[in-house]
Amino acid sequence: MVDLVWFQFLSAVLFVIGLYGVLARRSAVLIVMSIELMLNAVNINLIAAASHMEGVGRFSNFDGQLIAIFIITVAAAEVGLALAIILRMFRNRSTVNLDEINLMKW
Amino acid sequence: MAWAIFVVIAVFTIGGALGVVVSRNVVHAALALLVSLIAVAGIYLVLFAEFLALVQVLIYGGAIIIVLLFAIMLTRNSEYPRIADNKQWPLAAVAALAFLGILVPSFLINKIEDTNAQNASFTGIGESLFTTWAVPFEIASLVLLVALIGAIIIARSDEEES
Repeated sequence: MVDLVWFQFLSAVLFVIGLYGVLARRSAVLIVMSIELMLNAVNINLIAAASHMEGVGRFSNFDGQLIAIFIITVAAAEVGLALAIILRMFRNRSTVNLDEINLMKW
Repeated sequence: MAWAIFVVIAVFTIGGALGVVVSRNVVHAALALLVSLIAVAGIYLVLFAEFLALVQVLIYGGAIIIVLLFAIMLTRNSEYPRIADNKQWPLAAVAALAFLGILVPSFLINKIEDTNAQNASFTGIGESLFTTWAVPFEIASLVLLVALIGAIIIARSDEEES
């Protein structure tokens, strides 16, 4: 049986890879993909805790899995909105390079 | 046995994620993301969360990847190969590794007493979703509606607005 801590390590590594992607990539689409990786890391953590700690202390009814369902819902909404914003950005500036989107830069 | 499966799926997850952040071609990055997300569904199966694995394959593998590919195709031009990473990528790598250096020891120090992985039944999840989590569920449907309308309004072209 795989211990909870290994799932936590996996989710930590996945989150860090997503963080690197958000910080280092220039294309808006790639940054949205990296955000998806980070959200998935959080979901792995929640679901691992939900299955390993069912009935321990105040944890009950697999609440972690339900929170993960809501995270997936919000991620779907976020990707839809991100597509709309990227399309509008591309139409106005004809680029998706976030280094050139500096209209509101201080 | 569970260990072997976990290791294989974890390798696919992390390999796909690395493909997303390293690949210079945006379409290849999207396909690597697909590999990573399907492997995460496998992780959910190792954790006996069948419903979440199903939702993961349907929503991430089906919907979100398609939407991302749409975004890539509709904003496609010759600049994509050139703009993979920005100048601050070494700094980003250092920041990410530092964050990993905080996360891993905190998981080790704060080690939780856990039981063996347990199976969540479909009916149990459904009951919990429509009793304890009924209000967040309704709010989630409202969030989806608002996001849908907002996406249509933001993305439509200027000529149609009059």
